[in-house]
Amino acid sequence: MGWFTRKKAAVEEKPDLWTVCPACKAHVYKEEWQAALKVCPQCNYHERLACTERLALLADEDSFMEFDADIRPADPLKFSDAKGPYADKAQQTVEKLKLNESILTGGCKMNGRSVVLGIMDFRFLGGSLASGTGEKIFLAADYALRHKLPFIIFSASGGARMHEGILSLMQMAKTCAAIARLNEDGIPYISVMTDPTTGGVSASFAMVGDINIAEPKALIGFAGRRVIEQTIKQKLPDDFQTAEYLQEHGFVDHIVNRAEMKDFLCRVLRYWKEN
Amino acid sequence: MDLEFEKSLVELEQQMSELEGGSDNNQQLNSQVTQLKRKINSMRKKLYADLTPWQTVQVARHPERPVLRDYIEGVFSEFIELHGDRAFGDDKGIIGGFASIGRQRVMLIGHQKGKTTEENIACNFGMGNPDGYRKALRLMKLAEKYNLPVVSFIDTPGAYPGLEAEARGQAEAIARNLTEMARLEVPVVVLVTGEGGSGGALGIGVGNVVLMLSHAVYSVISPEGCASILWRDGSKAPEAAAALKITADALLELGVIDGIIEEPVGGAHRDHAATFDAVKTEISQQLARLKKMSARRLVEQRFKKFAMLGKFDNRKYAVHR
Repeated sequence: MGWFTRKKAAVEEKPDLWTVCPACKAHVYKEEWQAALKVCPQCNYHERLACTERLALLADEDSFMEFDADIRPADPLKFSDAKGPYADKAQQTVEKLKLNESILTGGCKMNGRSVVLGIMDFRFLGGSLASGTGEKIFLAADYALRHKLPFIIFSASGGARMHEGILSLMQMAKTCAAIARLNEDGIPYISVMTDPTTGGVSASFAMVGDINIAEPKALIGFAGRRVIEQTIKQKLPDDFQTAEYLQEHGFVDHIVNRAEMKDFLCRVLRYWKEN
Repeated sequence: MDLEFEKSLVELEQQMSELEGGSDNNQQLNSQVTQLKRKINSMRKKLYADLTPWQTVQVARHPERPVLRDYIEGVFSEFIELHGDRAFGDDKGIIGGFASIGRQRVMLIGHQKGKTTEENIACNFGMGNPDGYRKALRLMKLAEKYNLPVVSFIDTPGAYPGLEAEARGQAEAIARNLTEMARLEVPVVVLVTGEGGSGGALGIGVGNVVLMLSHAVYSVISPEGCASILWRDGSKAPEAAAALKITADALLELGVIDGIIEEPVGGAHRDHAATFDAVKTEISQQLARLKKMSARRLVEQRFKKFAMLGKFDNRKYAVHR
């Protein structure tokens, strides 16, 4: 019996060196996974990133200046569900993530070029679009407009935040209104859709980029897979609502690997000449 | 069709019709009937003045509630339907065309629900496809060219969740409408007549004025959908309906809508004609008011209205330029 106990103990002491790819289940060395920017070397699955991790891949060193960091969720409906009040849930999320809303916004330089960035964070209540998210996008777009700077949003969201009810829905109109003003003034707006970009976010600012970019294999779509299957009572194709599917159907300009994203964005922006 | 919560009234109404059916035309009976009628009326008035959010949802979805076709007949003196999105086809869930209301000529767009199952299947229960949203946008752009105000009637469970709808870009179609409607240079009057179902509603809902009928609802997600996600139990829809704040009163308080059109006692389905009168009067007044605004002011006013929506902590509304 002693033989078994010893072996078990040995396994427990062994540090966890492996990451299992959520897509293809391949075992990859953690170090290798990190070095590949959390992209699976086997199947090119792009793991979801925290907004700060994403920022580090985009902004030139020490160039980022955050906007409106103090905007955080209120509880306009005094919403409470089976798991308790929204106010508590929001508070816990803010404390746990050290992040005040589902998007990080600010100005920075990319290869020396000034841009305004919005980076959503799926960890924050599913990256849901709520009043604070909409306001931050609105204000960032307003900054881009006033300073004639390109605006880039990285989306990662399940959609509108139910806990803020209709006010969340209205953020779709509010953010699109902000983008409309950029269009009018000829300010570039580039949308980068990462895993996942669905519901009210796909049906608003994420889909109306001058250029729509996606990360490989990202889930992008309006309605949920299950809802569609229940409605039409048939099985959906495996590649349904993937970045590749959207490109095939004409809604994504380019699928870009994480490692090349920054340079790609800069290459594209060279084609905009500020008047 | 009577709704579950009207049961007590139904019994009284049966009593009344039994009394009325009696061949004796005596005075005592007549006064009894009159009394009963009065009682039923006042009970109904009380009941409808204090509907729970979930009861309101049922009224908003009532099968006899006026649908777009009825409003076209009852409110507008002319309607010339314009078909197709010029790219794929002609959606039946969202329709539109030139219309006259009193002396005012407008571009009318709206969700089309049916009255029978067959009709509803034909128009997809008022659930728009991408081609429907794109047709609506085409007509709004035409309205801009002809300097016509846009009147938009909303009544949909939501945008259609289907394979083809996704393949043709449901998300893009709605997003494009939100973006373009924000800068439309003509007045836009929006009226939620029944169900304001999420993005499918908002996709033709960016107005200078957004109105609701008093028993309509407008929500980010259906109460059933919300209940099954946040309560993990679809039968908790009444709780979700209350939590989501989807009634006209609640939305007026949140600043999401600008006005409420009162329905006749017992709901729009009980008195179509009175509903049409109220709708016609209110829309005509709004159009007359908005007509005086310049294109630039209309865009600015609509932009500011949506820019101000939302409530968050640690900062008062920023000053929007």
